[in-house]
Amino acid sequence: MITKEEVEHVGWLARIEIDAKESDAYAEKLNSVLGYFGQLDEVDTEGVEPTYHVADIVNVFRKDEVTGSMPQEEVLANTEHKQEGNFKSPKIM
Amino acid sequence: MVYENPDGVRIGLEVHVQLNKLNTKLFCGCSTNYHDSEPNTHTCPVCLGLPGSLPVINEKAVEFAIKIGLALNCSIVEQTQFHRKNYYYPDLPKGFQTTQYDYPIAGEGKVIIEGEDGEHEVGITRAHMEEDPGRLQHMGSIDRSKGTLINYNRSGMTLIEIVSEPDMRSPKEARRYLDKLRSILDYLDVFDGDLEGAMRVDANVSVHWGERVEVKNISSFKGAERALLYEIMRQKNHIRRGGEIVLETRHFDEARGVTISMRTKEEEHDYRYFPEPDLVPLRVADWVPKVRETLPELPDAKRERFMKEYGLGETHARALTTEIKLANFYEEVASKVDPKDAAVWVSDTLKGELNYRELTIDAFTVKDIVTVIELVTGNKITEQSAVEIIRTVLDDGGKPQEIVEKKGLLKVEDDIVAKAVEEAVAENPDAVADYLGGKEKSLNFLVGKVMQKTKGRADAREAREKVLAKLKE
Repeated sequence: MITKEEVEHVGWLARIEIDAKESDAYAEKLNSVLGYFGQLDEVDTEGVEPTYHVADIVNVFRKDEVTGSMPQEEVLANTEHKQEGNFKSPKIM
Repeated sequence: MVYENPDGVRIGLEVHVQLNKLNTKLFCGCSTNYHDSEPNTHTCPVCLGLPGSLPVINEKAVEFAIKIGLALNCSIVEQTQFHRKNYYYPDLPKGFQTTQYDYPIAGEGKVIIEGEDGEHEVGITRAHMEEDPGRLQHMGSIDRSKGTLINYNRSGMTLIEIVSEPDMRSPKEARRYLDKLRSILDYLDVFDGDLEGAMRVDANVSVHWGERVEVKNISSFKGAERALLYEIMRQKNHIRRGGEIVLETRHFDEARGVTISMRTKEEEHDYRYFPEPDLVPLRVADWVPKVRETLPELPDAKRERFMKEYGLGETHARALTTEIKLANFYEEVASKVDPKDAAVWVSDTLKGELNYRELTIDAFTVKDIVTVIELVTGNKITEQSAVEIIRTVLDDGGKPQEIVEKKGLLKVEDDIVAKAVEEAVAENPDAVADYLGGKEKSLNFLVGKVMQKTKGRADAREAREKVLAKLKE
């Protein structure tokens, strides 16, 4: 069971503000999702390798060749918070 | 002699090595050559973490990782993959770092260092691949910051994190381990250690076999040694005053030389690792034989060979094989002159003069040192003059032969020295009498006169012998 406190903690980790009213609702929704996983857990998976990818492929590589980067203006185009070619964030510790 | 480790010190190191000799980043085709560039000019949708972008692994980066693993005597894993390590901090544009978790590409290995009591084995726990975060620059001081500037040029660079066992028993051993690691990585030609941020160190340290403390933000090898010395002293003092060491992360303040406890929000390590769905697994164990073929002769093997092949003592062999460039330089010189003479002049004299000027071996040519060694072993110039030539080449440039001529360094002929000796003795009867009366010092005076008369071009030792012989007549 996911508690209200856990919802708030996860919210903090993702830097999302969740107020007390919302955290109840989220806890309920998350618990219902977990319920589905509970059903999946009932399947016997003894001796079955875990699947990380539905496509059974490995070793997709790229050659070590430069393909180029974006111009600085374009990189910063989506933000108003910039200074001397840098992104600018509020102060962080 | 066995090192007792009186304070029960245990140090383990996590070293991040940036593979800056790759052409491109780990998951995208952005160039790694950003060090002198404007901020945010070496980025693309992948390393900026823009929605819809898809990372693809750099094949060469995997090859380098295997190469490093093999050089550290690690096992290479059969199958590996990447994970997302989730944490929210602006140096990661995606909100997670792509790294390896339960199946690092390289497993247990070991490195031999020169320990407190001879050869000492440091275990390697693992070495894994991950991406470098961007670079943050705090405006103003850290506690009065007005904001943070973010440059993602570094974001997505390939890092290999090499984690050691807590096998080092002193800051000195930690330093030796770092030097050894650097030496091996130089040999492998996978990174340029002189570039900023090429090797970064976090340390775990405990005393009296107690709880460990993690020290972060160490930016140099010298810094690592200082941070560890301080942290060991702090823990010992804390225990002496009845305190208890708790598991925590401390930040090394390089300017003040102290470690400071970082105010850790609860459960900082709640990283919620999960497999990276955008990258498929790697099955690369079958690359091992091929990669192994590309491994160069490593420092330990080269040292052994130098001792056997060139008849060098351990000290010379060690000094000459720490840096691959110096080792190659030496071997070229040793193919042209007597290898033992080559060792003395390259390792003792030339390296000393280079270190004093903070220069690398690139500042001198094989041809020039060979000329100098031939002049001195051919008895054409004195050892002092040889040193002077090396210094002049480094400070003012020029070729050894020119310097010899310009400064008149060719040794004077024997008969001229003999004449100078005769004159010196004849002109200074008091000094001669003093010496014969038991005043040893007077000999120096007479030798000085000889050197004066030959304008310093006589070999001082020879002059001394000749004066002595003359006095015995």
